[in-house]
Amino acid sequence: MMVNEKDINEQIAWAKINTDVLRSMENPRKSYWVAVAVCLAMVATAVLAEYIQYTVGMGVANLNNPHMWDMYIATFVFWIGMSHSGTLLSAILHLLHADWRKPIYRFAEAMTTFSLLTAGLFPIIHLGRVWNMYWVLPYVSDRGIWPNFRSPLVWDAFAITTYLSASMLFLFIGMIPDLAICRDNTTGWRKKLYTALSLGWEGNDRQWRNFRKVYLLMACFLIPLAVSVHSIVSADFAMSIMPGWHITSFPPYFVAGALYSGCAAIITLFIMLRYFFRFEEYMTLPIMEKTAKLTFAIAMVWTYLNLIEFASVWYGHDMYNKELLIAKATGPYAPIFWGMLFCGSVVPFALAFRKLRRHMPTMFVVSILLNVGMFFERWMIVAPTLSLSHEPWQWDVMWGSIVEWALVFGSFGWFGLLFLVFVKVFPSVSMYEVKEMVFHRNMTAGERDVLRMTDHAKPVKQTPGVEGA
Amino acid sequence: MSKRRILALFGDFAEAHDAIADIRRNEVPGVTVDDITMKSPIEHPEVEEVLGDRPVHIQKFTLLGAVFGLVFGFLFLASAQATFLVQPQGGKAVIPLPANFVLVYEMIIFFAVWMTFLSFLFLSGLFKKRSRLYSEKVSLDQVGLMLEIDEDIAEPLRDLFKKHKVLEIREEVMQ
Repeated sequence: MMVNEKDINEQIAWAKINTDVLRSMENPRKSYWVAVAVCLAMVATAVLAEYIQYTVGMGVANLNNPHMWDMYIATFVFWIGMSHSGTLLSAILHLLHADWRKPIYRFAEAMTTFSLLTAGLFPIIHLGRVWNMYWVLPYVSDRGIWPNFRSPLVWDAFAITTYLSASMLFLFIGMIPDLAICRDNTTGWRKKLYTALSLGWEGNDRQWRNFRKVYLLMACFLIPLAVSVHSIVSADFAMSIMPGWHITSFPPYFVAGALYSGCAAIITLFIMLRYFFRFEEYMTLPIMEKTAKLTFAIAMVWTYLNLIEFASVWYGHDMYNKELLIAKATGPYAPIFWGMLFCGSVVPFALAFRKLRRHMPTMFVVSILLNVGMFFERWMIVAPTLSLSHEPWQWDVMWGSIVEWALVFGSFGWFGLLFLVFVKVFPSVSMYEVKEMVFHRNMTAGERDVLRMTDHAKPVKQTPGVEGA
Repeated sequence: MSKRRILALFGDFAEAHDAIADIRRNEVPGVTVDDITMKSPIEHPEVEEVLGDRPVHIQKFTLLGAVFGLVFGFLFLASAQATFLVQPQGGKAVIPLPANFVLVYEMIIFFAVWMTFLSFLFLSGLFKKRSRLYSEKVSLDQVGLMLEIDEDIAEPLRDLFKKHKVLEIREEVMQ
C-alpha cells in the first residue's frame, strides 16, 4: 500500500526554516561555484561571438534573403516561452490555494524575470546595428521612421514590457516579508540592501491585509497577461500569410509550448537548487511529483495541439502548407522535426512512472530533454517556413552559423548567471510562506496544540531596556 | 496622563487570539480592539477576524488604474497612430481599431498593476520608520500585540497578557 507522503515536514520548527534558508545564501555547495564558472564561460563565448558579428557584420550569422529571421528569433521565442511557467503557474496555483507551490514559487518567478531579460537581448542582437537600437522606440522624429501599429512586432514590445514589469512587481511584492526576515538576521552590505528593499515591513495586520489583497489582484492580472503575451508572440507568425505560420491554433499552441518548457525548466532548477543549497526538506519528492505530473499533463496538451495542427493542415488541402509539413517530416529538417516530437511527446511518458519521478538524476535528464524538444519546436516554427516559402528560388536550408550557436549557447549562460546570482543574494525559498504552509496544514488537521510556534515554558520577561525610551 | 506603548509577544496564535478576544469582551476597561495592532510572521486572516472589520481599499486604486489605462491608452495610441501613419497613408490619419484593442488591453493591465503596487506601498504604511519596540522575533516565530494606552491601564493589561502566557512584554513611554 502506498503511504500518503506529506509535501513537507509539518513539525519543522519555524526558526529552522529561517536558519536553513538564510544559510543557503551564505553557504552553498562548491558545485554552485562550478555552475557560476560554467555560466561565465558561456557568457564569455557569447560576448566574443557578438564582438565578431559587430565588427564583421550580419553575414557571419548566415542571415540572408529569405532567412532574415532564424536562430535568433527562434531563441527569442524559446526564452519568452520559458518565462511563462514561473509567474503564470505561481499565479494560477495561488488562486487555487495549492499550497505545495510555496517552497518552489520564488525561484520559478525569478526564472520568469530572467528569461524575459534574456529574451529581450535577441531582438537587439538580431538588429545587427545595435548602436541604432534606440530607433525602435516609437517617438516622433525627423528621421521619418514610423512604428507600424498594425504590426504584431509592435504589440510584442507593449506586451513584453507589461509582462516584464508585472512579473518583477509580483516577484518583489512576494519577497517583501522575506526581505524583512533577511534584514533582521544579517549584517554589513546585506543588511543595508535588505533594509532598503524591505521598505520598513513590520508584519502588522494592516500590512498583511493589504499584502493579501495586492498579491491576489496581481495574480488575477498576471494570468490573462501571460496568455496574451504568448498569443501576441504567436501573432508575429500567424498574422503573416506564410505557409506553416498562418494557423488559427497558433496562440494556444504557443501558450501550451510556453507552459511546457517553463515547467521543464522549473524541474531542472528545482533539482539544481535542491542540491546546491541542501533544500531536501523544502523541495521535497512529493512536490517534485506534483510538478512532474503537471508537466506531463501540459505535455499531453502540447502533443494534442501538434496533432490537431497536422490534421488541419493535412485535411485543409492547402498545397503550400501540406508540402511544408511533408518537407518537415521527410526533408533536411526531418531529424529536428522528429527530435522535437520524440523529446516533446515521447520522453514525457517517463513522468508517468512514480519511480522515475522520484529519481532526481533521471528527472534532471528528462527535464533537459524536454527543453531540447521545445528548442527544436521553436526552430521548426521559424526555419522551415523561411526555407520553403512560396517562391522556389528562395528555397534553402538553414543551419545556424558558429556565431549564432555561440550566442544561443551564451544566452543559457547569461540566464544561468542571473539566476545563480539571484538565489545567492535573495531567499530562493519563501520562508514566510513555508511557515504558512506548515501552520495551515496543522490547523486543518485540527491540532491546536501544534500551533505553538515557540517554547511556552519560557518565563514571562519584561524588557526594561526600552522602558521610557 | 502620560501614554504608554506596549508590545506583548506571544508564542502562538491561539494565545494571541484569545487575548484579543478578551479585550473584545471588555475585560480591560478603556482598551478596545481598535487600539490593537497585531504583528505576525505570517498572514493570518482567521486571527485577524477577531480584530473586527478593517477594510482594504487597494482594489479601488486598481480599478482607477485600469480605467486610466483604458482611456489614456486609447487616446494616446489613437493620437500616435494617427500621427505616425499619416504620411505612409498619403495624408490620411488612420486609427487601426483592431490593433488598438490589443494594445489597450495591455495598457489596462499595465496601469492597473502599477496602480495596485503603488497603492499597496501607500496604504500599507510602508516607508515609515520602524517602531522602537519592533522585535525581530515577530519575523521569526512570535506574534506581537501592540497597543497605545493610558498609563493607568497598563497594569491590568499586563495581567491579561500574562494570563494568556505572554512570552515578553516591551514598553515605552510616549512623548
